[in-house]
Amino acid sequence: MAISSLVFEIAAPTCWLAMTGHLELVEKIMGSKTPLYDIHVNANAKIVDFGGWDMPLHYGSQMDEHHYVRKHAGMFDVSHMTVVDLHGERTKEFLQKLLANDVAKLRSKGKALYSCMLNPRGGVIDDLICYYIDDDFYRLVVNASTRDKDMAWITEQAKDFAVDVKERPEAAMIAVQGPKARRFAISSLTQIIDFDEEQVENLKPFSAIDGERYFIARTGYTGEDGFEIVLHADDAMELWSYLEAAGVHPCGLGARDTLRLEAGMNLYGNDMTEDTSPLESALAWTIAFEPEDRDFIGRSALEKQKVDGVQTKLVGLLLEGRGVMRSHQKVITEFGEGEVTSGGFSPTLQRSIAYARIPKKAKGKCTVEIRNKHLDARITKLSFVRNGKAVIEL
Amino acid sequence: MSNIPEEYRYTKTHEWVKLEEDGSVLVGISDHAQAALGELVFVETPDTGIEVVSGDSVAVVESVKSASDIYSPITGEIIAANDELESTPELVNEDAYERGWIFRIQPTHMSELDELLSAEEYQTQLDEEDS
Repeated sequence: MAISSLVFEIAAPTCWLAMTGHLELVEKIMGSKTPLYDIHVNANAKIVDFGGWDMPLHYGSQMDEHHYVRKHAGMFDVSHMTVVDLHGERTKEFLQKLLANDVAKLRSKGKALYSCMLNPRGGVIDDLICYYIDDDFYRLVVNASTRDKDMAWITEQAKDFAVDVKERPEAAMIAVQGPKARRFAISSLTQIIDFDEEQVENLKPFSAIDGERYFIARTGYTGEDGFEIVLHADDAMELWSYLEAAGVHPCGLGARDTLRLEAGMNLYGNDMTEDTSPLESALAWTIAFEPEDRDFIGRSALEKQKVDGVQTKLVGLLLEGRGVMRSHQKVITEFGEGEVTSGGFSPTLQRSIAYARIPKKAKGKCTVEIRNKHLDARITKLSFVRNGKAVIEL
Repeated sequence: MSNIPEEYRYTKTHEWVKLEEDGSVLVGISDHAQAALGELVFVETPDTGIEVVSGDSVAVVESVKSASDIYSPITGEIIAANDELESTPELVNEDAYERGWIFRIQPTHMSELDELLSAEEYQTQLDEEDS
C-alpha cells in the first residue's frame, strides 16, 4: 500500500505531507496557525496542511464527527477563513460592481448574501458571504485557500470607489452546527460575554448580529442549523472550552467536507473555478441579472453564455452499488462525457455520492469510471441530506 | 509506537504477510497503515484464481477521503479473499492483523518470503519515516 499516495483532496495544494515521510519538509513549510491550534494538538487532532494553514483533519473519528453534527452538535475551527471589512460611503455601490449577486437584496442590517465574485470572463474568482452591517460597513468572509488573490482583486477594484479594504487576520471563527448547536452556543456564550440573549435566539437564518466583542451569524456549511461566531482569539479559546464542556464535539475538516457534500454546497477549487461560470456550477440562483443596468464584473460574459447556450451543468451523482467516487473520475452519459468534481462516501446515506459536471442534456442514469470499471450511478439534484434527513430516495 | 506482531513479515508499502500451516499466506495492511488511512468505507478484494506477480496492485482500500492500492507482496495465485470486508470494511481498522485480512495467496516460491521485512526491520522503517 502506498501511503505516500494519500492525498487530502480538499483543494490542499501541498497535500498530506505529514504522511509522506518528509516531516523535515513539513517543518520548513509549516503553515499558519489559528488561535485554537494548541487546543487541537492537545486533543490529539490529526493536523494537515490546508491552503497554508495547519488545521485539524479529525480528532479520532471523522465518521463520528459527521454524525454528531447531523444528530447533536459539533464545532469547527474555521479561523482560517478570511474576514474582510469594507468601509466607505460607496461600499454598497462597490459591491454591486464586485459581486454577481446584488447586495441591494440586503434590506435590513445584519442580513447576509451568498455570492460569487467573477472575473471578466464570468469565471469564479471565489465564492463568499457578504454581510450588511451598516450603510458604510459591509463584511465579507472569503475562502482561506484563495486569500491572496481575493485580497489583490478586491483591493484593486475598490480603488475607484474609495472603499477601505481591511483584512481582520486577528479574528478567530468557530462554527457550531447541528440540531442542538444554537442552544449550546448561546449557553456557552453567556459564560464569557455580555449580549442580548433574546436577540441571538431570535436571529433569522442568514442573518448576523455585530456586537462589540462578537459577531454571530446564523450561517454554516453543513446543511444543519447553527452559528458561525467571530471572536477575539482569547474569547474564542474560552468559547471552545465551554462548548466542549457542554457536550459539543470538536470536528475537523474531514467531517466538514462530507457534511457540505451531503448538503449540496459547492467547494471552491473543486466544483467551480476561474474557468467555470456560476451557470455551469448550479449557482445560477446566485446571479442577479435584475436590475438590467447593474454592471457587475462578468455580467457581459454571462449574458453571452446565456445567449449561446450553456453546454454543461453541475449535478449530484449517487453510486448505485459499492465503491467510492472521487474527483476527476470520468462520467459517461448518453450525451457525452463529464467529470466528477467532488466525491466521497456519505456517512448518512452509507453510499458514495458526488458532484459532477456533465453535458447539459444528460439525465437519468450514467456510469462512472473507477479504476477502469464502469459503475452505474444515478443523476440527482445537488442535495442529498438536509437537517439530518435524506432528501433523495436510495 | 505501532502494533507490529513479531511472527509476521512486512513490506515497505505497509502490507503484512502471515505464513499459515498449510503453506498459504494471508495478506493485510499494518496497524500503522490503517491508522494513517483513517476509517475505511470500502475494500475492493481480488478475484480468486488469478495469478499475480509480487508488486502487482491486487486490491484497493478506500477511507473516507482517499483510495490506496494494496500490492501483492509475493508471486502466486490468489486462492481466497475476505468476503466479510464487503459489508464491514471497518474490520481492517478494528483488527488489522486478524479479522481484517484481505486476501490469501498460494506462493509460487516460498523463498520470496525471506526477502520481506521482519517486524524489527519494519519498525525501523516506521521510525525513519517519523524522524
